[in-house]
Amino acid sequence: MLAESLALTAALFIIGVIGVLVHRNAIIIFMCVELMLTAVSLTFVAFSRFYGTAGQVFVVFAMTVSAAEAAVGLAIIIAIFRHRRTINLQDINLLKG
Amino acid sequence: MLLQAVAASGAQPHPLSGTIAEWIWLLPLLPLLGFVINGLLSLNSAHFGPADPSTTTHDASSEGAAEASPVAHGEEPGAGADDNHSVKRHRWAGVTSIVGPGVLILSFGLAVAIWQVMASAHPEAPFIQRYFSWMPVGDLQIDAAIQLDQLSMVMVLVVTGVGALIHIFSVGYMRDDPGYPRYFSYLNLFVFFMLVLVLGGNYPVLFVGWEGVGLCSYLLIGFWFNDKQNADAGLKAFIVNRIGDFGFLVAMFMLFANIGVLDFVGVNAKALDLGAGSALVTTICLFMFLGCTGKSAQIPLYIWLPDAMAGPTPVSALIHAATMVTAGVYLIARSAALFSLSPVASLTVAVVGAVTAIFAATIGLKQWDIKKVLAYSTISQLGYMFVGVGVGAYVSGMFHLVTHSFFKALLFLGSGSVIQAMHNGYHATHSTEDAQDMRNMGGLRRYLPVTFVLMWIATLAISGIPLLSGFFSKDEILGSVFARAQGSTLSSASWLGIPGGTLLYIIYGIGLAAAFLTAVYMTRMMLYTFHGPTRTGSEEEKYLGEAPWVMTGPLVILGILTVIGGWLNLPKVVTDIVGVGPGELLAHFLDPVVGSATARITAGATEIPATTEEALIGAAVVIAVVGIIFAVARLKPANVPRARDAIPETGFEGVVAHKYYVDEALDRTVVEPTYVVSRSFLWRFVDNGVIDGLFVNGSAALARTFGWIGSRLQTGNTGIYAWSLVVGVLLLLGAITLR
Repeated sequence: MLAESLALTAALFIIGVIGVLVHRNAIIIFMCVELMLTAVSLTFVAFSRFYGTAGQVFVVFAMTVSAAEAAVGLAIIIAIFRHRRTINLQDINLLKG
Repeated sequence: MLLQAVAASGAQPHPLSGTIAEWIWLLPLLPLLGFVINGLLSLNSAHFGPADPSTTTHDASSEGAAEASPVAHGEEPGAGADDNHSVKRHRWAGVTSIVGPGVLILSFGLAVAIWQVMASAHPEAPFIQRYFSWMPVGDLQIDAAIQLDQLSMVMVLVVTGVGALIHIFSVGYMRDDPGYPRYFSYLNLFVFFMLVLVLGGNYPVLFVGWEGVGLCSYLLIGFWFNDKQNADAGLKAFIVNRIGDFGFLVAMFMLFANIGVLDFVGVNAKALDLGAGSALVTTICLFMFLGCTGKSAQIPLYIWLPDAMAGPTPVSALIHAATMVTAGVYLIARSAALFSLSPVASLTVAVVGAVTAIFAATIGLKQWDIKKVLAYSTISQLGYMFVGVGVGAYVSGMFHLVTHSFFKALLFLGSGSVIQAMHNGYHATHSTEDAQDMRNMGGLRRYLPVTFVLMWIATLAISGIPLLSGFFSKDEILGSVFARAQGSTLSSASWLGIPGGTLLYIIYGIGLAAAFLTAVYMTRMMLYTFHGPTRTGSEEEKYLGEAPWVMTGPLVILGILTVIGGWLNLPKVVTDIVGVGPGELLAHFLDPVVGSATARITAGATEIPATTEEALIGAAVVIAVVGIIFAVARLKPANVPRARDAIPETGFEGVVAHKYYVDEALDRTVVEPTYVVSRSFLWRFVDNGVIDGLFVNGSAALARTFGWIGSRLQTGNTGIYAWSLVVGVLLLLGAITLR
């Protein structure tokens, strides 16, 4: 049972990673990062099913943090859009060596 | 600190504890106080300005520096008559005149008081005062300790006594120098370090004094540092002494490594653990002797002393004749327990001393600078002292050290009077002639009668004319060499394959020859300076005159000491014949310190019969008299050209006049290669190339390169960051799981 759960979360995580790597739109990348976070939360839940409730506590934490992170992240994206009229990450490359 | 001292000396209190000897710490502290006061005064603005700003005046400092022989502006009535130079005396000269010599006189008074207590108590063991722990490092326990015994007492009396006289003389000689307080602060500091040297209770404390007097010597040689020649002379003295100090340090390290103690009492007690005659003790002694050759100007490190004459003449008298240069003799007498264990090292000391004595004496024959003659004479006499301590006649060596400090200080101070008179003459007529060149002197007995008589006394003493101090001390050294040539531990040893006995006879012969030369060159100096016609110049003669009492007074006292100094240690053969006073006073006084070491050397030596001893004394006297007569007969002061008309000597005489070209040879073989290596290799390659180029600029270039590479990675493209992150994570994961 655990193996199947972990396979599912791993698949979700990898989808998230690939989404981050291949997309250029900041919003989509942001959603893919959320997907990775969710995959990790799901892993915690799966483990807590077999090894006690500590995992669920972590999930609550993770959801709180990701909510805050979503607020800040979206605010930044909106600010960038207002400034540059684009949220394509390839065009946002001022900070470089 | 007193509790510590009592605890250290155990239940039995030392005969000197509780007496005035407890105040021994004040002895070096008084000159240190003088140094602080005079040093502070010297920091205060330089001098009074000229009385009338519109008068064209000579700048005393720059003028003094430009001259070949800068001497203080004199005060004789004649000198100032039609000489409108304003003398730039230092603002605080009056205070310095009191403080500078004052602290020395107080020190000498205290030293005499302590000596009186010591002479009556006659302690067998040294009186040791430990003040605080200086270097407690593991097994190495070094205290800041003072050791007072008969040997250091003799040195303290010489240093403070002769030192006080020279300080008083300096008041007259240096009073009008703009750097007067600075001069006295250095001089006081020198006495402080010299007292630390002779009172130190262990080798490291002695070494502090040893280095300190070297520093003061450097400062005073280069006292008129505006002239580069003087500054260079100071530097030369300092560098040459470093070579010797290296030897001394190595000797100390080896002592500690092998017997674990460095205080004199401990070393004396454990010296036998090193093994009598072993290679180890010989090596230690030879390294220590290397230090002595540096400080006491023996071959091969004698070259700095003649150049040291660039300093003021009283400095030459105090540091480079009477006290500092005798530190090497003191060190060997202090380490008698070690040297007496090594016949080879002892013979080396004696051989080097003898060779130096005759070598320097020959150079002295051909010098024209009055101070250079005295400088080579000093080197030669120091050689005698080393012969004395080398053959284990530690008392004779110290005896000659004491009498030499009397007559050589007298000679140097006398030459100071002469130079000042000459300088006054040339200064008044704005002449650029050399005031120290004997070819410009002649006939000065008419102008400097007191100096003339006193310097003749000193000359007779150094030549070894009977009843004067030098006769007794020099004769004792030669007699000791002769006596040890048969049956002593030295005569049975062999030195570089030469049997010790033969070697000692050779040394005795060299000593006699050197005595002959001493009589010749000293008489030559006196003849050219004081006899014959005056070559100074008719205009200048009006300004020649005797120095003020503050300078002649110390000369008179030194003259008296030169005459009676021999009574310190009358040889037995003399007291037996004449039946005067107790003989061998110094030998009895020093017996607790060097007695056992002397006995170890003389073990088995046969007492030479009185008739032989009388014959030896007779031979020495004849040689001295013949030397003086020879010089008087051969040299014609009337025929000497003035310095500017002189024809350079040729042939062998020229070689001697150029000091055997030793300085030139050393320049070629040591100094110039050092320059070349320093410039082309150490500077251009190592410093500029390796250190500046490879290390400093290289590391900068390395950092810049890596920074450039790192900055290229920062493309600003977030996608690439994400890719590299993922690849990195995958690599890590792979590395962990596939391990």
